[in-house]
Amino acid sequence: MTARREHPSDSAAALRVRDLRKHYGELLAVDGVSFEVAPGEIVGLLGPNGAGKTTIINTVLAVLTPTSGTIRIGNVDVARQRSLALARTNFAAVYASLPGNLTVAQNLRFFGLIYRVRGLGRRIEELLAQFTLQALRNTKCGVLSSGELTRVSLAKALLNRPRLLLLDEPTASLDPAAARDIRAAIRMLARDTHCGVLWTSHNMYEVEEVCDRVLFLSRGRILLAGEPRTLPHEHGVRNLEELFIQLAREPLAHPAERLG
Amino acid sequence: MRFAPVAAILLRQWYLLRGSPVRALPMFAWVGIDIVLWGFIARFLNSVSAAEIDFTAVFLGAVLLWDLCGRVMQGLTTAFLEDVWTRNFLNLFASPLRISEYVAGLVLASIVTSIIGLAVMLALALPVFGLSFLALGSHLLLFLLVLYGFGVALGIVASALVLRFGPASEWLVWPIPALLSPFCAVFYPLAILPAWMRAVAHALPPSYVFEGMRALLQGRPFAPLPALAALTLAALEIALAGWCFVRVYRRAVRTGLLARYSAETVS
Repeated sequence: MTARREHPSDSAAALRVRDLRKHYGELLAVDGVSFEVAPGEIVGLLGPNGAGKTTIINTVLAVLTPTSGTIRIGNVDVARQRSLALARTNFAAVYASLPGNLTVAQNLRFFGLIYRVRGLGRRIEELLAQFTLQALRNTKCGVLSSGELTRVSLAKALLNRPRLLLLDEPTASLDPAAARDIRAAIRMLARDTHCGVLWTSHNMYEVEEVCDRVLFLSRGRILLAGEPRTLPHEHGVRNLEELFIQLAREPLAHPAERLG
Repeated sequence: MRFAPVAAILLRQWYLLRGSPVRALPMFAWVGIDIVLWGFIARFLNSVSAAEIDFTAVFLGAVLLWDLCGRVMQGLTTAFLEDVWTRNFLNLFASPLRISEYVAGLVLASIVTSIIGLAVMLALALPVFGLSFLALGSHLLLFLLVLYGFGVALGIVASALVLRFGPASEWLVWPIPALLSPFCAVFYPLAILPAWMRAVAHALPPSYVFEGMRALLQGRPFAPLPALAALTLAALEIALAGWCFVRVYRRAVRTGLLARYSAETVS
């Protein structure tokens, strides 16, 4: 039913999630989720608050142990080789800002050492230029505006030239012009470096513009998957936002009925 | 263990110190006050007592060594708390940083900061109050090693407690050295303690250090077996503390505590 993108073989996937489940006591936060992100592909992870998006991201980042299921970044199993898997990964999230008592350059150097980035000094200069942060290099992150902080977080997220990038509402605090620049930068990154990107956002316009594919989550399950530009028409609505609202309001149907 | 991630933790502490020099104050202010206070107490006791004990060596030496142990613990815990206060856990633990590297970085940071404190204490105690460690000789290095080890173990346990029970439990960890000091027999012989306290003291490496220090100051020979016991205990307690931290960390990852760690979310 949905037009799903053809993926390379499993071994080439930037991210492969299989039968992921996470219980918090009686609560089932993620219920048997499986999906892939191909190299160079930008996948939007959508859903209402509490749908399980952040839980999935946290399990991929190994800060949350799944109850069952497997997660592979490239060919590396996150549960078995956490450090190696995370060396190829990075993330930026609105709720994970960098330490405010370090300057922009200090934060980038600190995380660059943790990610063991080669040619760190040069890489920091590249990123400061890419995100127009040169003038702020010696400013403590605690006094930056939310938009500036987002740019610093994205610079940190690209330090290690990741093969998988997780972005949790990366443009939430940005003005429209800055958000457009960031979207363009991420698209270029995915195209030029074949970095797979998992992107969560509540801005459906942005998702349509950026994502190659979207996954709709509700109550821990993937309800729907497909291309963001064709998916709304296949379901008789005008745009992704209408589809989002419809899916968020409808009682949960069996995922198999929707996935098709 | 890889060098760069460990160096990152150490570098971060240097950046913090450079960015806010007032942070250096606690490294030497309290130990300086302790040395001055106990230095004068010892001087007074020497002047009024007929006993053939050099109170300066016994009290001031004990204060200096015990403060050093506390400084190591506090240095490690403070470095850990930086990540609590700045809500940096997600950035750190969603990176390739290994727990062993993180803890090693914290230990290094605490050793460096405590050396600064030790230098200040020695600068005050040696010239101002005439404290001499000549009687301890090369055994002083062994004593320092044991106290560093025990301070490291305490710091790791304190960090594990904060990770397990949340930022609000910070107040629980600062008094740990004060709570242990009666058992460690810092200022008096172990024989003074009741049997149950002596039993606890035997599990604490500093008690051997202070007994050994007093014996040397009274001209008795160095006893290698208690010193070996102290070193072994310190090594075992570091290993136990590390195991405890890893257990708490794994629990935090399993329950989701690590991902949502903050003053508001941790009960």
